[in-house]
Formats: sequence, C-alpha cells, structure tokens
Amino acid sequence: MNRIAETFKRLKQKKEKALVGFVSAGDPNISDSLRLIKAMCEAGVDILELGVPFSDPTSDGPVIQRSSGRALKSGVNLKAVIAMTRKIREFSEQTPIILFSYYNPIYAYGNKSFYNDAIAAGADGVLIVDLPPEESDEMTSEWTGNDFSLIRLIAPTTQQERMAHIAASASGFLYLISKVGVTGSDGLDTGDISEHIKRLRSVTQIPICVGFGISTPQDVAAVAAVADGVVIGSAFERLIEENLENPALVSVLAEKVKACKAATVETS
Amino acid sequence: MLNLKSETYPDSRGHFGPYGGRYVGETLMPALLELEKAFFDIAQDPSFQYEFHDMLHHYVGRPTPLFHAKRLSTHLGGAAIYLKREDLAHTGAHKINNTLGQALLARWMGKKKVIAETGAGQHGVATATVAALFGMECRVFMGTEDIQRQAANVQRMRLLGAEVIPVSSGTGTLKDAMNEAMRYWSGVVQDTFYVIGSVAGPHPYPVMVRDFQKVIGEEARSQILNETGRLPKMLIACVGGGSNSMGLFYPFIEDSVEMVGVEAAGKGVHTGKHAATLGSGTVGVLHGSKSYVLQDENGQIMEAHSISAGLDYPGVGPEHSMLKDRGRARYASIEDGQALEAFRKLCLFEGIIPALESSHALAQALIEAPRMSPDDVIIVNLSGRGDKDLGIVNQHLKF
Repeated sequence: MNRIAETFKRLKQKKEKALVGFVSAGDPNISDSLRLIKAMCEAGVDILELGVPFSDPTSDGPVIQRSSGRALKSGVNLKAVIAMTRKIREFSEQTPIILFSYYNPIYAYGNKSFYNDAIAAGADGVLIVDLPPEESDEMTSEWTGNDFSLIRLIAPTTQQERMAHIAASASGFLYLISKVGVTGSDGLDTGDISEHIKRLRSVTQIPICVGFGISTPQDVAAVAAVADGVVIGSAFERLIEENLENPALVSVLAEKVKACKAATVETS
Repeated sequence: MLNLKSETYPDSRGHFGPYGGRYVGETLMPALLELEKAFFDIAQDPSFQYEFHDMLHHYVGRPTPLFHAKRLSTHLGGAAIYLKREDLAHTGAHKINNTLGQALLARWMGKKKVIAETGAGQHGVATATVAALFGMECRVFMGTEDIQRQAANVQRMRLLGAEVIPVSSGTGTLKDAMNEAMRYWSGVVQDTFYVIGSVAGPHPYPVMVRDFQKVIGEEARSQILNETGRLPKMLIACVGGGSNSMGLFYPFIEDSVEMVGVEAAGKGVHTGKHAATLGSGTVGVLHGSKSYVLQDENGQIMEAHSISAGLDYPGVGPEHSMLKDRGRARYASIEDGQALEAFRKLCLFEGIIPALESSHALAQALIEAPRMSPDDVIIVNLSGRGDKDLGIVNQHLKF
C-alpha cells in the first residue's frame, strides 16, 4: 500500500481526518523552508503539499502569489523542489508528499523525467492546477507505473456527469475546491461544501479533501465533519509572511498546525 | 497548398496540431465547455450571423477601405503597398470586430457582466464600447505601466462607463493584466463573460476570436481582387497575441500568398528585451493554451518588452505556432526604432497616423517592398490608429 492510502487508513482507525498542509517550497529560502516543513510534519500535518513556485500563478490569491514570488527570488525551481523532497524524506519517511504545481514548470522539465525524478526523490503524487483531464493524457502517457498519484480537482462549478468522469480516473484522493475564486478567498460556506461532498460521494469511494479559503481551527472542524481531509495553504503562508523577521517563526507555525490538527479529531 | 481549412483544425478539443487546448483550473472548465457549445451554436445560427454582420456594417463602419499607398510605394520603388484600414473602424482598431461578436454571444448566453484584459487599451476600449452599447457592466484589467503609457485609452474606457482595474504585479503589462483577469473570472464565472482580445487563451477563444476577426481578410481578399484582378503576393501584419494577423491571414490560407507576421524585437532580440515569442521562444503553456512562449529553462515565463503595449506579451496564439512550424507563415521581428521610423514615414507620405503596433507591420513592408517587383502587391494590415501613442512617440521623435 502506498503512503497516501496508508495515511487515510491509519487516520480512520484513529477517528481523525487528514490535515493537508501546503507551503510554497523554498519560501523564504530553501534552508528555512525545510525547517518550517519539518516543524509542520512534527506538529501534525498528515499530508504535505509542496508548492512549486511559478511566475504566473493564475489560480492563486495574493498570499500564495507573494510566497511563490519569494521562493522564485531565492532561486527555487522544480529541480530544487525535487531535491527538497529528497531532504524531507530524511526526516519524514511516512508523510505523503504531493507536489503542487502549474503545468509549465513540469512540461519544461519533461513529463517523463519529472515522473522518474519525483518518485526517486520520494514524492507520492502531483496536483497540477491547470491540467484538466482533457489535457492530462499527454503527461500520464509518459508515466510507466501506477505508483504515483495524479490528484484530480473537483470545483463547485463541476457538473455531476463531469464529476463522475473525473472521479473515475482519480487516484490518491480527490481535491474538492470549496468555492469559486482563487486560493485564500473569504466566505467559506460549509452548507455548500457538504452538498458538493454528498454529490461526490455518490460517484466515488476515494477520499475527499477540501481546500481553498480554510483558515481557522473552527473552519477545519466544520469541514472535517463532512470531508476526509482539510487543506490549509494561504493561512500557513500568511503566518510565514507575517513572521518572516520573527525568530520564533518555526514555533508560531507549529502552534497553528497543532491547533488545526486538533480540530480534525472526531468529537462524537 | 496545405490543407489547413477549418475542417482539419482545431480538433474537437481545440488543438492546432500540438498547440492550443484548455490548460485551466477546474473551476473554469465548465464555463469553457458552455462557451464552446454556445459559440458553435451561434456559428450555425443565421439570425445571429445576420445581426453580427449588420452591426459590423452599421455600427463598426465595415467594410473598411483597402487603400493603395501610392506615394509610399513609389518612394520605396518596389511592390505596390495596400493598407487595410482597420484604423478607420469604430474605436480606431480591429479589436471591435471581436468584442462585438463576443458581446452578442454574451447577450445570447444571458450574461450581463463582461470583463476584459487590455495592453494598449484598444481591446479595453472596444469591450467598454460594446458593453455600453448592450447595457452591460464592464471591468477592464490593465497593467499599471500600460495605464501610464496609454492614458488616453484609460480615459476613453472610463467615459464609456467601464471600471479600469490597475494591475501592478509583474511588469504591470498585458501578461499581468491577463493573469488578474483570469483570477477574477474564477470568482465570478457563473454570471460573467470574459472577453479575451487575442487569438490566445484556452479553447474556444483562439478559434472564436479568429472567426470574429476573419472579416478583415475576407474583405481584403475581395477588395484586392476587385481592384487588381488578382491575389496579392504578400500579407504583412503585426503579431502580439496575433488577432489582427490571424484575421487577415485566415481567408488566404489556401491561396498561394506569402504571409509575414511581425513581432516586436523591442530593443533588439539579442538584448533579451523583446517580445519575439515565435522568433526566439520555446513551447510551453501560458494563459490556458500551449504555444510558443518566452520562458527560462525552468518554465518560468519571462518579461517581454516592446515600445508598443499591444505587442508587449511573452505568449502568442496557438494557431500562429502551428503556421510557423508548418512553414505556412513566416515570422519576422522589428525593433522599437524601426517601428518609430515607419510610423513617421506613414504620417509624412500618406497622411495617416498609425498605431505603434501596426507600425511594426509597416516597418517590415519597408524592408520587403524594395526587394519586389512593381507588379507585386503587398497588403499591410493597418490594425489601428496612432492617436493613443502620441505621448510615447513624442518622447522619442520630439515632434
């Protein structure tokens, strides 16, 4: 069994939901970023999403745009993110690592080389925000095994029939976008989310993680009640940005992770 | 000739050979599928087509003239240069052909809000214009650098009732405006129509914008046949994203006519400060489609440069990438200084003030015409008028 499936199995036994933590890899630089990631894993992140910085992040709000910009400024690119993955495996053997990217950096790297190098470094899958199922064959046709997950996305605008079609080719887990808009937007509507999850569960057995606009432990608890996992990105990145000069940054972030993780534990 | 007519491309998923497609977030995919269906419906709908062409005539002022630039041709001593006068279309550029088509489509789909990105401001003005005409709410995203260098167009958009939203990320130019328009659209996609101004972006935009712009080439083809009794030897048009050039080229695609697209070489392609995407870019994915882009070896998009805001873009429409690879069109590039020189020449020889974008096409004609025989005809797409550029031109030419 791969790390993603094992993680969901373990959490189910413990009556917990997955805390999926996103950070822009290399923000603000590679060594600090690795320290932050280590602290996040130790504080309770169950699945790590490593953001590959991109010059034109059209699905991201200002917080992740800026974090991606800081990483780019410190010279981080896909090659460096893959190298960071290898480093992360030195301190965290079991945490699933999903590379979170736009398509162009991967396309420029080469679909086949990316697949080989990402697996060799210890990554478990990839989520590509701008590669819908209509276009993903060109990439997956160059993948030679089934040991690497392409995390598919479902949006609030996705119709039922399309939902079923996307779910049929999904692996690892499905990423449900909580609402229209870019990452980090306000106005979480848990009623809407549970409606979308209900529709999605009618067509798939695969775990469902919800992301976009989830920032507080209260949000986490509300979403964890209906989903299999909760993704936090902008809220972590905002904290990093606000504490860039703070020597206690690592522990500030770890506290936030702990509070969010505690909210994923089933209370009933 | 190559068989390049619409039956063979784009394919059902919007691919022009290996280019094009739909590389967008899932939130936008259903809207693009809905748009594609609506676009193919109206393409078959005679009443829609009648209204579109009726408004092109009565509102836009089409057909635009095809003008024989005799003094300039004589001065150059080679081919006869004809100018397709898109500068005489309502709002002063070819952009209105497409915005009119898309606004009619938005109305047909029941959308009352439109958004657009703009570089030189011509597409923004053309979108604001049709939004006013149809009583739609309009927001235009524009880079802060472009807001400065194309201030007159910002005033026009505001007068027409549009809200101009400044975009300061990146270099504050067209690429950044398009990023922000896509982000904004992700949040309002259910009730808002995104009017893309170029043959770029995700499917169906490249084919849709081409089809709304092909009236340029259809008119030019019949005008030149009427006037000279034969087809031209060469077509020349500037290429930023590539809408005016595709509009001119497409109806000639199966003819034995040479096509030359002219990109902006900025301060010189060797300096790295340019927008010659087809000339020196590599294949990548930007703004929803695969095409040539200016990027580094890690797939990060680079900043373009051109004196002309409308050409200052590191991407290009996917159909141009296909035409380049198949050798059906040739792509040249013209530096800022050469464009300014051509700008001045057209003012003095023909009494026409061209847009800086169109001046790139003219500058290429200045190179090509003297090498050709006086029996040959070149059609240059004069895609827009230059009033908007007087500030920039004055800085350089000190008139």
